[in-house]
Amino acid sequence: MTPVYKLSANSVKNGRTNYGSMLAGNTAYELPGDYQSISTVTVGSGGAANIELTSIPSTYTHLQLRCFLQANRATFGMGEFEMTVNGAGGTNYSRHGIVGYGSGGAGYWGNADAAYIYADRGLGTNTGGTYAALVIDILDYKDTNKYKTVRGIQGVDFNGLVGGYTGATNVFSGAYKSTSAITSIKFVSVYGNFTQYSQVALYGIKAA
Amino acid sequence: MAITYEPIATTTLGSAAATVTFSSISGSYTDLVLVDQAFGVASHYFVRVNSDTGSNYSVIVLLGVGSVVADQATNQTSGQISRSAASTNSPSGITHFMNYSNTTTYKTILSRGNVGNSIVIQYVNSWRSNSAITSIEVRPASGNFDTGSTFTLYGIKAA
Repeated sequence: MTPVYKLSANSVKNGRTNYGSMLAGNTAYELPGDYQSISTVTVGSGGAANIELTSIPSTYTHLQLRCFLQANRATFGMGEFEMTVNGAGGTNYSRHGIVGYGSGGAGYWGNADAAYIYADRGLGTNTGGTYAALVIDILDYKDTNKYKTVRGIQGVDFNGLVGGYTGATNVFSGAYKSTSAITSIKFVSVYGNFTQYSQVALYGIKAA
Repeated sequence: MAITYEPIATTTLGSAAATVTFSSISGSYTDLVLVDQAFGVASHYFVRVNSDTGSNYSVIVLLGVGSVVADQATNQTSGQISRSAASTNSPSGITHFMNYSNTTTYKTILSRGNVGNSIVIQYVNSWRSNSAITSIEVRPASGNFDTGSTFTLYGIKAA
């Protein structure tokens, strides 16, 4: 890198000061607060098959994803998503949850070994006309001494039967069974693409 | 630069009240989060946005109480967001108004309620309007919220 030169009144006597970065000896600006926005992906008019957040910095303790998601799917008011981290598939995840559809069929689901984390019928669709909301926490995401815990809440409602359902709400949890730090997160829509205005916002939370 | 997760307003009831309202909500955030402790009779409590009293809300409820898990879906004139209870029973609620200022989509409102000695409950509401949310009114099923109830509204700003 071309050196950064600092000239000051003192330079007349002592010459310029050379630095190896544009900070020129100053402290880097740090965002205020301990809950900080890292990145946001909002789907444009063309839709998207995937939503991915990459190059997640290791400067936080926990992560939170806040999602507003809809898929382009005919007939049904709900879609499905697959959430993976670090590009890992196989049986790198476990997952479980409880779900209510509003029809008296509240139940539970789970898998000890899975290729992704999800919430049952976790997306809205353009057919149902609404977007699913999800708030997902990933605890200690960069800790290389433990598996990673994921916990979330999800809900979508479209007022009346569409494809046999009125909506769904899940309380779910899962584990990424790896001690690797999480550096990327990917959402894939299983049926159709994510529609315009779908959004995943990633936030970092710092500890004291 | 504003912080990402910012308190907008807090109401702590010095006397019983039939409603708690947050108005003139700025559209500069991405999501809103309402954190509350609602003291009163043991019942669901409700939210209306933008003073909309029409049948423009629908909700799915998932709850666990004791050994029972149940769910329910209704269309109604208010959203349903949490449970009130006597203060000694430790009620609490967290409600997320996602993409509340988006003027091209219906609004999804996701909330968790807990009463320490009795119930855990989750709600998803759809408010069928493309309007940005500019006011939030919280009200009990009947009567008043008791003195000491607290309601804090936060704004979260995405990058």
